[in-house]
Amino acid sequence: MNDKRHVLSILVENEPGVLSRVAGLFSGRGFNIESLNVGPTLDKGVSVMTITTVGDDVIIEQIVKQLRKLVMTIKVVDLTEHKSVEREMVLIKVNAEDSRRAEILRIVDIFRCKVVDVSPDELTVEATGDQGKIKAIINMLTRFGVKEIARTGTVALKRSLQD
Amino acid sequence: MELTGAQILLECLKREGVEVLFGYPGGAVIDIYDELPRHPLKHILVRHEQGAVHAADGFARASGKVGVCLVTSGPGATNAVTGIATAYMDSIPLVAITGQVPTPLIGNDAFQEVDIVGITRPCTKHNYLVKDVRDLALTIRRAFYLARSGRPGPVLVDLPKDVLQTRTPFIWPDDEAIKMRSYNPTSKPNKRQLQKVAELVKNAKQPVFYAGGGVVSANASDDLTWLARRLHMPVTATLMGLGCFPADDPLWLGMLGMHGTYAANRAIQDSDLIIAAGARFDDRVTGKIAEFAPKAKLVHIDIDPTSIQKNVLVHVPIVADVKHALADLRSIIEHEMTDFDFVSVHEPWVKHTLEWELEHPIKYVPAKRGEPVKPQYVVEKIYELTKGEAIIATEVGQNQMWTAQFFGFQRPRTFLSSGGLGTMGYGFPAAIGAQMAFPDKLVIDIAGDGSIQMNIQELATAVCYNLPVKIVILNNGYLGMVRQWQELFYKKNYCATCMDAQPDFVKLAEAYGAAGFRVTRTRDVEKVLKEAFATPKPVIVDVRVAPEENVYPMVPAGKSLGEMLLV
Ligand SMILES: Cc1ncc(C[n+]2csc(CCOP(=O)(O)OP(=O)(O)O)c2C)c(N)n1
Repeated sequence: MNDKRHVLSILVENEPGVLSRVAGLFSGRGFNIESLNVGPTLDKGVSVMTITTVGDDVIIEQIVKQLRKLVMTIKVVDLTEHKSVEREMVLIKVNAEDSRRAEILRIVDIFRCKVVDVSPDELTVEATGDQGKIKAIINMLTRFGVKEIARTGTVALKRSLQD
Repeated sequence: MELTGAQILLECLKREGVEVLFGYPGGAVIDIYDELPRHPLKHILVRHEQGAVHAADGFARASGKVGVCLVTSGPGATNAVTGIATAYMDSIPLVAITGQVPTPLIGNDAFQEVDIVGITRPCTKHNYLVKDVRDLALTIRRAFYLARSGRPGPVLVDLPKDVLQTRTPFIWPDDEAIKMRSYNPTSKPNKRQLQKVAELVKNAKQPVFYAGGGVVSANASDDLTWLARRLHMPVTATLMGLGCFPADDPLWLGMLGMHGTYAANRAIQDSDLIIAAGARFDDRVTGKIAEFAPKAKLVHIDIDPTSIQKNVLVHVPIVADVKHALADLRSIIEHEMTDFDFVSVHEPWVKHTLEWELEHPIKYVPAKRGEPVKPQYVVEKIYELTKGEAIIATEVGQNQMWTAQFFGFQRPRTFLSSGGLGTMGYGFPAAIGAQMAFPDKLVIDIAGDGSIQMNIQELATAVCYNLPVKIVILNNGYLGMVRQWQELFYKKNYCATCMDAQPDFVKLAEAYGAAGFRVTRTRDVEKVLKEAFATPKPVIVDVRVAPEENVYPMVPAGKSLGEMLLV
């Protein structure tokens, strides 16, 4: 199978139950959700969901069609078919004894992340970026001992200039 | 004019053209019942909420209108779920109205509270909880619009008690108001794709129409029939499609799939072009998917894009209302291919399929003297006596398959059966619904002794409203279809399929105030059926049939259509 990661951007009517309808569609049909993100748009009545999922072409086609079929869905775009900007944010709480603190701060700097909380033996780092960057920073910090992690899941938009 | 929620609901139903409501009361909907006598709506009080939904469903299938049912909160709503799921799987237009506890109590585990909107989310086309009486009229209108447009289906509207009691000015939303930017079903086919289909038929040597329930629900039977005859193309149908093409036409191959005819399954396997219309390549139809129709180009017409490319790879997908697609195809053939002689091109193929029919017709071994009645014989007799002029409902199991095989359906909307979900207990209440839609037609439920006991309580409903539905029980003393599988694939381990301690169905009928007949000999079948059909009230005919009779042909689950077990 040619399983590929797809980022779907779904515009839905902002009505009660719409999130569980979308999520239920995935679970009920045995599709997988890797991450799911919901937020309002400029139009008050409309929310945008960003869902990353994995599957071969046939499965993705079926997912997109099933999403479109939901009565509350206004639009579904598979961003993988377009040039798009993807971002995820992650908060990482990492062990930071005095002896290793400088090293951690250097890494934070290289990745252009921010330290958002400090204690005598811990640092909490905020990182934003695409999947690759998030993976890399987590990797880099793992060896210091990551205590906790919280990720938002991917949000994405189509790039403006496309031909 | 200020009206209560209950009054608004009934006013909306009236304006939607609803004539009959199948329901069961309770505290949460008592306000609606309080208003009912002041409205022209006819209410049918069933004996179990599942019966209400199936009856509304049968009414919808037989009449083509939206079926409506009304049940109370909590247990009333959960009892309705099987019926709703049944309608969902078969794409039947239905509006189910459920009562709900007052809005301030929602989420508090209040008495008779259940999250029915949550429970039915995966088995409704859409559902609503109305929290503000000012949204009520629009919601009801949208529910009907959704139920009947696009791919039809059940829509549930949950109404809290306080919403039903609150007053607000009544405004009837116009057509503009019910439109939703998020819901725009495609109905017009792509003309170029249809041109392609016309070309494909011209070049095909062995084409077949494969029709499904979508042809029935789109009212496209006439166009299908015209096209098949003009293109000289054999037709097969799914269980749901039976009646969409007249069974007495020489081009009719019979049903395809697990219990389909030899001719239909062979034709599919050998065909070089299949035009699937309003059918969804269900596993009961395709058999082993990898070996389905290996030589055929596939054209798939369906209003629901998710049906296309779901199970099989399609060469020409056409997303459209089947009615529009077939009518447009017809007009292309009619106007642009006037000279083409489809008959001589396809005649060798048609002859071939006729030979298959003669080689292995649908048949059974008739009962010898002293042997029990053959169930197939009973179905044949019902067909003969009614000349196909009846609405036939079935339960689920062997009774359903024998009906599909031995009753020659001539017209759409005369066969009511739970195809997708396979719901035992569907047939009888559905027959009640159909009889409400057509009081003067003969409506028969062909049942198994297991299935009929799942909603037998509705006999009281039939008696109460003088609905002269006939129930013919093919009584084999077994959960026959499961027993057949045990016999064939589980070394005759008849575990839990023997129906011991059956009631006396004749006495049971009489106890309810209906009529009961029993038949044990083949030679009495015709006489008793005649008498039953002439009896102007609900009737049970308990026919004792051969206990271990099987449904053949059969494609074992997971095998290809080419691997049929014949009689
Ligand atoms: C509600 C429900 N429960 C269980 C089944 C599984 N099932 C399918 S066919 C069948 C046997 C039906 O027996 P009966 O109604 O006596 O009909 P027969 O096959 O003997 O004609 C059963 C139990 C079902 N389809 N529906």
